[in-house]
Amino acid sequence: MSEHLTIYPIIVHLLTAILLLLFWMKPQVQRYISILGSAVGIVIAVLLFQRVWENGIQSVQLGNWEAPFGISMVADTLAVTLILLTNIVAFALSIYSTETMVSSRVKFGYYAIFHFLVMGLSGAFLTGDLFNLYVWFEVIIISSFVLLTIGGRKIQIEGAVKYFTLNMISSIIFLTGIAMVYGATGSLNMAELSRIIPEIENKGLMATISLVFFIGFGVKSGVFPLYFWLPASYHTPPAAVSALFAGLLTKVGIYAMIRVFTLIFPLGETNQMILMIISALTIFFGGIGALVQKDVLRVFSYLIICHIGFMVGGLSLFTEVAIIGAVLYMFHDIIVKATLFMMGGVFYRIFGHTKMENMGGLMNNYPRLSLLFAIPLFALVGIPPLSGFWPKVSLFSASYEQGAIFMLIVFIFASLITLVIIAKVWNKTFSKNPTTLPRQKNLRYFDQFSIREKAAFIVPIAMLVGVTLYYSFFAEHFQLIATRIGEELMNSEHYYNAVFKTKEVTEL
Amino acid sequence: MEILLAIMTGVLYAAGIYLILRRSLVKLIIGIVILGNGVNLLIFLMGGLVKERPPLIPEDGKMLEGVFADPVPQALILTAIVISFGLQSFAIVLIKRAYKVLKTDDIDTLNKTDDIT
Repeated sequence: MSEHLTIYPIIVHLLTAILLLLFWMKPQVQRYISILGSAVGIVIAVLLFQRVWENGIQSVQLGNWEAPFGISMVADTLAVTLILLTNIVAFALSIYSTETMVSSRVKFGYYAIFHFLVMGLSGAFLTGDLFNLYVWFEVIIISSFVLLTIGGRKIQIEGAVKYFTLNMISSIIFLTGIAMVYGATGSLNMAELSRIIPEIENKGLMATISLVFFIGFGVKSGVFPLYFWLPASYHTPPAAVSALFAGLLTKVGIYAMIRVFTLIFPLGETNQMILMIISALTIFFGGIGALVQKDVLRVFSYLIICHIGFMVGGLSLFTEVAIIGAVLYMFHDIIVKATLFMMGGVFYRIFGHTKMENMGGLMNNYPRLSLLFAIPLFALVGIPPLSGFWPKVSLFSASYEQGAIFMLIVFIFASLITLVIIAKVWNKTFSKNPTTLPRQKNLRYFDQFSIREKAAFIVPIAMLVGVTLYYSFFAEHFQLIATRIGEELMNSEHYYNAVFKTKEVTEL
Repeated sequence: MEILLAIMTGVLYAAGIYLILRRSLVKLIIGIVILGNGVNLLIFLMGGLVKERPPLIPEDGKMLEGVFADPVPQALILTAIVISFGLQSFAIVLIKRAYKVLKTDDIDTLNKTDDIT
């Protein structure tokens, strides 16, 4: 039984979701089940993390079909760390949803779909098979479509049309890539592909296929010419949903990119160049986009795009230090971006809207809340010792060591533009005096909340801020994890040996 | 036969992309459906075509011998068809809903969520 611990993170959320379906019309019961399920998810993620940390990469062959004939589930350090962070964010959002999600939305199966989405994420992180990765991606996007449209407001439907179209096209491109890989190699097992692909003589074909994958994952993660669905849709759903999307959905695209470009198609010089240019353009357009937006949620949406550039940039440098930087940045980004959108929900309850022109005065009216919100904002900029600073150390030094001065300039530009944007957000929402607008009738405002309702908003944010602070002050723990991830990713034989259970596994 | 299917795949991709580029929501969905079929055909083709040799072990044999049709692409297509069926039915409901709420079928007028205000 215990050797199946690898797939428990998927099963926990599957069972929770099924259980939630049984309590379809009972929102209050659903809320408790969801929190309980997410808590169990964290426990299992911690156990799995401990197992992988002590014993090296774990793998399970589903249905007991030996690799490469069956589907392998592989838990390496990158996957388990992401699963742990996913579960932490999911737990925080389960609590956060208790008050932000009105019962009518819950009755349409919000919680069940939420857990199906988390299940899809865990599956995508764990799978060791390309086609299975596609299936998990579909689980993720079908759940996200429902979450995006639940409630059915006008703006949500319009955002969903854009989100839907581009994500469908990206899946089709990804599937095209899978078809081409299968045609060229006759295998879809990632570990086996890592051995077959280097031996194929037609390098041009392989480079083409790798770029087909890049486009497929690029749409999902929101890199430069493919990001337009993101700012068009992320500000439309309720705060809990956008927080989940912002924290995790784009990151799963980046995860797939890192996995495919380290394990299956190690980056060549041309591809490195393409990724570098795309990363620079992503940072540039994301940053400029964030600068001109007037709605705080849309500023955050563009910031997601801007910071995706860091991860793609780190991957494009393709040295161990750079990968470590990219992975560290991803960990930091998951927590902070989720926190930002949860803050967006609080802004909405305080002001009744999220337009920066008419916001302000948070610092005078809610001083303690402002202090709490300042931490993720400053962490995003990367003010030492907060969490955004540590990945940048690795990224900057990697680009300097490699002589990629261009990337160094790009990263510095990204940090500066983030600083400018955050300063603008801070000025407009926290310090200046607000213009008082007439209050909406059917919305309960933050100052009308009871203590318990306020806690449901603030406690999960405080939890994630706690994780950010832990990351900030115990950065060496994350550095240690990331170093090991970098080593595992750059040497694909670890992954291969774990899947095929060859002798070297014991020597590791 | 291969060449015919290859051309067919190309035609389906081209038709799908052409329809996606049109301004109508309905044509957009039809385009995605056609593109999905194109990719299924591509997977099928990539497995290699083998005529009249199903991957069945004969009663008196222990294993497959000689050339036989690759079952993996067929399994993949089956999965992909089921998934795209689910997504497409969602898409059709979504555009019906979108037409009701937004009162338009023209993609060019869907720019509310991109306004900078």
